[in-house]
Amino acid sequence: MKKKILMMMAGILAFPFFSVFAEDPVLDSGNTAWMIVSTALVMMMTPAGLALFYGGMSRYKNLLNTMAMTFTAYCLSSVVWVMWGYTLAFGSDVGGFGLIGGLNNLFLKGITVNSLFGSIPEMVFVLFQMTFACITVALVLGAVVDRMKFSSWIIFSVLWVTFIYCPIAHWVWGGGWMSKMGALDFAGGNVVHINAGVGGLVLALMLGKRKGYGKEAMFPSSIALTALGAALLWFGWFGFNAGSQLAADGLAGSAFLVTNTSAAIGGLSWMFAEWALNRKPTMLGLASGIVAGLVAITPAAGFVNLSGALIIGLAAGVIGFYSVSKLKHKMGYDDSLDAFGVHGICGLWGAIATGIFADPSINALGTGLLYGKPMQLAIQLVSILGTAVFTAIGTVIVVWVTKLITGGIRVDEENEIMGLDNSLHGERAFEIE
Amino acid sequence: MKKIEAIIKPFKLDDVKEALAEIGIQGMTITEVKGHGRQKGHKEIYRGAEYVVDFIPKIKIEIVVDDAMAYQLVEKIREAANTGKIGDGKIFVLPVEEVIRVRTNEKGIDAI
Repeated sequence: MKKKILMMMAGILAFPFFSVFAEDPVLDSGNTAWMIVSTALVMMMTPAGLALFYGGMSRYKNLLNTMAMTFTAYCLSSVVWVMWGYTLAFGSDVGGFGLIGGLNNLFLKGITVNSLFGSIPEMVFVLFQMTFACITVALVLGAVVDRMKFSSWIIFSVLWVTFIYCPIAHWVWGGGWMSKMGALDFAGGNVVHINAGVGGLVLALMLGKRKGYGKEAMFPSSIALTALGAALLWFGWFGFNAGSQLAADGLAGSAFLVTNTSAAIGGLSWMFAEWALNRKPTMLGLASGIVAGLVAITPAAGFVNLSGALIIGLAAGVIGFYSVSKLKHKMGYDDSLDAFGVHGICGLWGAIATGIFADPSINALGTGLLYGKPMQLAIQLVSILGTAVFTAIGTVIVVWVTKLITGGIRVDEENEIMGLDNSLHGERAFEIE
Repeated sequence: MKKIEAIIKPFKLDDVKEALAEIGIQGMTITEVKGHGRQKGHKEIYRGAEYVVDFIPKIKIEIVVDDAMAYQLVEKIREAANTGKIGDGKIFVLPVEEVIRVRTNEKGIDAI
């Protein structure tokens, strides 16, 4: 026992000396442990969080199809990412234009067990970023459940993650033009939410509305599953936001704190708004508000302080509630599970809010309008516009190509009426007597 | 022989069963059904999409008895299932042509 204490004391005394000599990137096991866990948390958000969240909101006859689309999005993106996705997003910039990464890490060439990205193994970084690509693709499907051909979804996913996700990831996180311009996006307001929201809307418009939309009752199969999904998303989001610091430090702690705060107040905000307008607070509203708060805080997580987070979450709940219950019906588009309404619009709010509330005392890399840099808001708007325009046009092209390859992207009317679980998969979600 | 078909509110099933046991009724068939008479449905709202649910869950009880018992049974059911509010249900009395016991092939009143 005495020997152990002596060794511990020697280690504690020697520690400062070790840090002084570390100038080359050195593996930090604390950061690495956190990032491995973070990655696992974000992974869970797709096949568990999103699959349940979306599945529960789908009609019973399409529950499994929604889950299958979510799972395949995850699996396809996982494989594409380690083959060519990572290098396109994070490889050496082609020509210095800041538009796309090169193929230097194709099939992760050049990345060994010992390669580092900052203080963590590069392989861990590859996987962490992969989980973001995966969930972005999966979010798109929320706009189009109940009516898309499964083969088309598979082709679409592969093309979309390659040609839409990777460039935008490169622009914001891979050293591309948006990061050079100074756009602030801590964990993916642009890359994930605005991207998926706009992409989903475009796909929904090109696919067309569900048969009977606006006239027939379309009951969600299980709000209980949706609520569970929201809880898993919340839990995983700690990896999403706090993990985006790529280190286990104070800023990660700050991102952790503001993430939970925004989620909680977002949930309450949506719930109270709904209670006031529709006379009943719903579980679906509470779950949706939580997700809206999480979406909005995503770009801001590592830049804003507590008051910023409270405002961001509060507004996100109200904005989200308005856009799914009023705006969608006014505009008439069939964004089945509100990929655009929640992720697109609340992501938009979050990106703008980042430009307003970024507090340099939280993170020296980010100063917003309220702290003396009105220019930041303009930069945010440019980055939002760039993402939205690129995704909109790019998704149109990807859908066209998918239509060519799979001979149309919409299921037959008969199959749509019978339900996709039965017609596409030959399965039932539950054995209900 | 008569078949009594009673549509009642689901939570009243236990009361009706007890009442029938009191007069010695031993067999019945229960189905979960939906329907409405003059009772209005309710509204459900999912993210702004409002749906009116017209059909309300009820329980249908079917019992076959010989003619002598029929109206006593009807009155027992009506008393037990009554709450005084709209939606209590209805009872129908239908003629039955034949009854056969599967196990023994008994027919008629012996099979009830």
